[in-house]
Formats: sequence, structure tokens, C-alpha cells
Amino acid sequence: MRGAVRAKWAVCAGVLALVATACGGGTAGPGGSAVVSASWGDPQNPLEPANTNEVQGGKVLEMLFRGLKRYNPGTGAAENVLAEKIETTDAQHYTVTLKRGWTFSNGEKVTAKSFVDAWNYGALLDNKQKNAPFFQYIDGFDKVHPDSGSATAKTLSGLRVKDDHTFTVALNQKFSSWPDTLGYSAFMPLPQTFFRDHAGWLAKPIGNGPYLVDSYAKGSVLKMRKWTRYPGSDPAQNGGIDLRVYTDNETAYTDLQAGNLDLVDDIPASQLKNVRADLGDRYLNTPAGIIQTLTFPMYDPRWSKSGTAQVRRGLSMAIDRGQITKEIFQHTRTPATDWTSPVLGVKGGYKPGLCGEPCEFNPAKARQLIKDGGGIPGGRTTITYNADTGSHKDWVDAICNSINKTLGDDKACVGNPVGTFADFRNKISAKQLTGPFRAGWQMDYPLIQNFLQPLYYTGASSNDGKFSNPEFDKLVNQANAAPDTRQAVAKFQDAERVLAREMPAIPLWYQNGSAGYSERISNVRLNPFSVPVYNEITVG
Amino acid sequence: MGRYVIRRLLQMIPVFIGSTFLIFLMVYALGDPVAAMFGDRAPDPATAAQIRRDLYLDQPLWKQYPHYMGQIFQGNFGIAFNGRPVTELMSSAFSVTLRLTLVAIVLEMVVGIALGVFSGLRRGRGIDTTVLVLTLVVVSVPTFVSGYLLQYVFGVKWEWAAPTVALDAPLGQLLLPGLVLALVSLAYVTRLTRTSIAENARADYVRTAIAKGLPRHRVITRHLLRNSLIPVVTFIGTDIGALMGGAIVTERIFNIHGVGYQLYQGILRQNSPTVVGFVTILVLVFLIANLLVDLLYAVLDPRIRYA
Repeated sequence: MRGAVRAKWAVCAGVLALVATACGGGTAGPGGSAVVSASWGDPQNPLEPANTNEVQGGKVLEMLFRGLKRYNPGTGAAENVLAEKIETTDAQHYTVTLKRGWTFSNGEKVTAKSFVDAWNYGALLDNKQKNAPFFQYIDGFDKVHPDSGSATAKTLSGLRVKDDHTFTVALNQKFSSWPDTLGYSAFMPLPQTFFRDHAGWLAKPIGNGPYLVDSYAKGSVLKMRKWTRYPGSDPAQNGGIDLRVYTDNETAYTDLQAGNLDLVDDIPASQLKNVRADLGDRYLNTPAGIIQTLTFPMYDPRWSKSGTAQVRRGLSMAIDRGQITKEIFQHTRTPATDWTSPVLGVKGGYKPGLCGEPCEFNPAKARQLIKDGGGIPGGRTTITYNADTGSHKDWVDAICNSINKTLGDDKACVGNPVGTFADFRNKISAKQLTGPFRAGWQMDYPLIQNFLQPLYYTGASSNDGKFSNPEFDKLVNQANAAPDTRQAVAKFQDAERVLAREMPAIPLWYQNGSAGYSERISNVRLNPFSVPVYNEITVG
Repeated sequence: MGRYVIRRLLQMIPVFIGSTFLIFLMVYALGDPVAAMFGDRAPDPATAAQIRRDLYLDQPLWKQYPHYMGQIFQGNFGIAFNGRPVTELMSSAFSVTLRLTLVAIVLEMVVGIALGVFSGLRRGRGIDTTVLVLTLVVVSVPTFVSGYLLQYVFGVKWEWAAPTVALDAPLGQLLLPGLVLALVSLAYVTRLTRTSIAENARADYVRTAIAKGLPRHRVITRHLLRNSLIPVVTFIGTDIGALMGGAIVTERIFNIHGVGYQLYQGILRQNSPTVVGFVTILVLVFLIANLLVDLLYAVLDPRIRYA
């Protein structure tokens, strides 16, 4: 077999004709190994659980790791996986008990130490892990990860290993839904080899999930194969997944059409018009935990003086969300009527229409509100966005157009492109923006808390507009301390109503995940994070 | 000849320093790359500060540049932000792009010069006009249009060629992207050769050669072509660097993980070690290609080396 393959290559290389390029590159080799090939983007960071904060790396961790909890791919609910139980009496001190019988794919047992060591590693400032803030609720975080200066402790004082299968966690505040955050990839356990041979582990990561790494050619392809001794209840239904890095999602789509690729999880915007005709049922367009907003620079005195809340509500009402999502996004976005996402479900805190009137298109009312509030500060506004990715120009121009038409003023709103994403982020962190700017929030875990606290709580990590409202903060604190989910959700929604009044960020639309696949595979669906549920895919 | 080579080599030093410094300045001016490493969320200040210190980004620019160049001369091109050494990225990317460029250059030379000679010798006739119109069309179509078009027609519709290139980029699969990459330059080479041949065909030395009774192929290859190739060689020489750097569009269309792709990623993510490192190498390629062109001149026309 091997020789035959080599002979084929030799023939390909020898015949210098265009026809010869038909050789190679195909996945459906003889023998039909049940391996699925899927498109991939080069992850931005090395593949470490606590260092991976974007989708491309995240989807790999989802295949290689299982943590205490996992978010149900259908409902988004946090369900126990390695956790036997997570108990608390005061919503602040937790005892975690692990299930027995779990190992890493190298045979090492998954114990309480695997978690505690991994979390300590993730939180420690010296390790420069980008997800370190996820451990901020654990006691002692300020010692291992001070805001400035160097760490004064190596380990989190709030973590204690009691025995092989039990550890305790002390939080620095009440946080009743904390256990539900533990499905996030930053909280995955790590084997001892990670600490002993870090470079070796990065070259070929070892986890405890349904797949193991077969080979990893960085920047080009990551081959994962089914781990046959996986102890969990969700083993891989296919032989493996080959994640292939594509230079461009257009190219991946072309390869899908040509039959060289099984799965594309990002349909290029330019193909949205044809995708139904091209793929029929094999095109997926399902809600994801992503919301797009226009955030106001509340640190700018012109936007925080009295009356501007009316102006902000007015601007929100001047945007025709329905038309933009239809014309520009071909229904891959849904007009937003609250600050969360439909994937939370009504039980989880999604409440359609919570925003109410301020999120409905109403030009007359919009004009009135903006006029009563003293007009747009400075008479005109800009919407800042990064022009390098994501074709943001189209929709920003459409929004401005909608606002200008409402106000009958061609210059009331203009788009303000920034060359690169890095520069865009710089301008935001340096508080240089004087008008609204685009913001996208992809949830870390399907909790209403994740859509509100990091973004609008005073001094929170991603509060880019520097919104600060004592009433909002108080409600969030109460929600976190609430003894059960139902009451917590109700409090969070009260906090959301503060947002509807103050409008520090205009909700625009919920984003869908889109994917397309070949006839060779079936049983493909996207989870609430818009990532394909790889282990469920069947071949043939 | 020796003194000429040395003089040309010395000239390369200020050009090298100047161009790398400019690139460094430009990447630096784009802003703080660490901010973008955290995605849409605000970076944790302590972690960001730590990363900045590690990457020497907390220093002022006038310190960063000598520090960086010092490292480069020790063969250390730094670590890209995704944790891979830039030299590793380079070795994989340059080998692929070099192959793609070679395919393009060979196509450009063989097809371009042949077409040029062919139409130059038949100036004003139907075949000449056809070639002129064709090259005009090719020059006016942007690479991404011809790229997507040929990819669709040959790759998806007729399935003659793989629409995308496999990761190890075998030579056979590089023919189509190589053609796309070469297309515009190929048209220029054709036109340059044609004009040059047409002009020289009436020169005295050609008439003399014919009058001496030399066979036609000898007149063309030894006398006509050798003298007509000087502008073409200049063009092809400078084109090597341009093709390597300009492969961004072609590499994106055909999923080739070469220099263009790495540069594009580097710029998008503002990955300064990648961008500066790759551009430094590209500058060197340009300089060496130019040097070779100048030396070839001297070979083709002995008068030049005494100038």
C-alpha cells in the first residue's frame, strides 16, 4: 500500500502537465478510513487549555479534553462529566468529588491533583496564560496574579487537594453559578507530563477526551484519531478528525465543493447567497452564543452627561435591524431584543423583547428622543470598526445610512475604519474613541452572567466602554449570591433592564453559526458555541 | 569584474539597513500587538505587561531595533506569537514559495520568451496582433480574478487539477497556481522580448550575420536573442523578488502555506517578529536577485563591466 502511494506521487511529480495536478490531496482514499476532514484556522496561541481564548484553539480542546462539566451540545446546559458532585452550603465554599476510572490517553489517572495543578498553572502570572482571569474568583488569585508587580505566591490558597478524588475550592465572593462555569476549557485537567516536558506536550498535546493527537504539523494540519479506551459516555462516532488549516474560508468552501473536504464551519459571506443551492440540507445555520453591539465610550464626558441616555436610546431606535440582517447577512443574524443570546434558552435567562421599545425601529420616536436629549454630542457621530476582517464595513455603513435617513442628515453618522484589529483594540484600551464602536461578544459559557458581568460591571475585564452604574452592580451582586438559578436569572434580568434604560451598548443582532458538509458525512450539528460537534459525526 | 562585484556588495549594506528599519518602523507604528492577542476581550493588564516584557516590547523603538538586528545576526529571528520560532515558519514557507516562484519563473521564461520571439519575428502579421491582444487582456485582468476563474474552471468544473494545493505542495499541483502567479509577468516578458527582437532584427549586425550566410537558427539564437535579452533579464531578475512577496493573493486562493500567507497572517495579527523577519529575508532576496541581474548584464554585454 505504501509503495503504491509513493508510486502515485512519483507519477504525479513526473508528468509535468496540468492534468497531473489531479493527483493527491484527496481524502477518500481506498479502504475508506472513517476520518473526517474539516477546515481549520491556525490557532493564535499555543494549544494550552488556559491559554486558548479563541474558537480555533477552543474546538481542538473540546475534542482532546473533558473537564468537570460539559455544555450539552444541544441545550447548552452544564452537565457533570468528570464531576461526581460539586457541593456547597454557602455558594462560596465548594467541594468537588471526581468520578473514578478516568485516565489521560497516556494512561495516567485523572485525579484531584490533575485539576488543582492545572488551575494553579493557569492562574500564575509567570506563565502568561491568557485565560488567567477565569480563576479570579478563587481565593488567593490576587497573590498569584497581582495587577502589577510579580506574584507573591505560586499556588491559589483557595484550592486544596483532600484525596485522590476530592478537592475543595474557596471563592472570594458568593457565586452560585460558579460550578456551571467549569465546562470552559480553561478549567480542563492536565497530566503531569505537561509540567515535566512542556515543549513535548505542546508538540503533541495529551488530554482525556474522545480523541488523541496522532500528529500535529503546526500551521498546516492536526490529525486526531479516536481514542478507543475513552471512558466517557460520548465516544467518537468516527475514526478521527483531520483539521486542515486553510488560508481563506473561500478556499475551504471551494475544496468542499470539489469534494476534497468534508466539513467547513465558516461559510464565506460572499457564498451565503448560493449556499442553499450548492448544499441544500447540508448547510447549517443555527444560533450561537454571540451577540454584536455598538458600545458607547462612557468615559467620554460628552456621552455621559445627563440626557445622553435618551440620545443613545434614540440612536438604537434609528437602526433598522430587520432590514440589515436580511439584506446584508442573509438571515445569518437575528435582530437582538436583549443583551444575551437565544442559546441560553428562556430558563437560562434569554428573554426576547426585554429591551422593549428602545430596540425597535421607530424613526419618529428616534428623532424625538435624540432631539429631547440635546442631539448627538458634537452634532455628528462616527462608528469605529476594524477593516481588516469580518467585512464590518458593510453593516456599519448600513447602520449609519439608517441613522442618517432617520435624522434627515447625511453627515449625522459616518463609519470610521481602523486598519488592523490590533490597532482597533489599542484605541479601545487607550480610551481614545469618542463615538460608538463595534463590539462582539462570544460567550465563554452559556450563562446569563457571562453576557452581563464581564461587559457592564464597574471595572470588569471587558467593560470597554467603562460603563459604571451602582444599581446594575448591586443587582449583579445579588444575582451571583442568589441561592438558585431561577432567582439568579431574575436578578440578572433586572440588571439588564438597567441597560435598557441607560443603553451603554446598543444590542444589534445575535449571530448564527454556519457550516456546510459533504455527502460523505452525516449527523453534523453545531453546538451553542458555533463549533461542530465533531465526535457525533458519522461517516458513510 | 572583482572590483565591480565588491562595489555592488557594499552598496547592499545601507539598502538592507534602511529597508529593514523602515519595515520595523511601520509594524511598530501599527500599535501594540499584545492588545490583539486577547481577541475581542480586553487583555488582562498584568499578563499583557508580562508578555510585553518578554517580547522586548516595553522598550522604546530606538532600543528595540538594534536589539532585534543583533538577534538576527545571531540567527535568532524571534518567536512568533503563537509560540513557534520564526525560523521554523520561514523554513516551511520559503521552501514552498520558492518552488511556486520557480514554477512561475520557468513558465514566464519559456513561454514568455518563446511567444515574444515568435511574434517579434512576424511583426505586424496576424499572429503578432493576436499575441499583443492576448497579452493586453492578461495584463488588464487582476490576479485574483484570473486565480478564482482558473481555479473554478480547472479545479471545480472540469476537475483537471486539484483546486487547492496539498500541504506538502507537490510540484504538479503548483502548476496551476504558478501559472496564475506568472500570468501578468509572462505577458510583460512576451511584450518586452517582442519589441526588443523586432527592433534588433533590423540591426546592422543581424544583416551582416545573414549576409555571411549563417543558418537562420544561429542568427536568431546567437546574435539576435543574446542582444535582445538584456531588458528581459532585468525584468525577470527583479520579478523574482516581486513574485515571492506578491504571492499573497495567489497563495490565499490556492491554500498554499507560503510566504504570502505567513505575511498576511502576520500583518493581520500584527505579529511583528513574523512580518519583520519575513520581510528581511525578502529584502535579501531582492538584493541578491538584483546583484545577479547586474552580473548577468556584465556577462551579456562586456561593455558594462568597465563602466
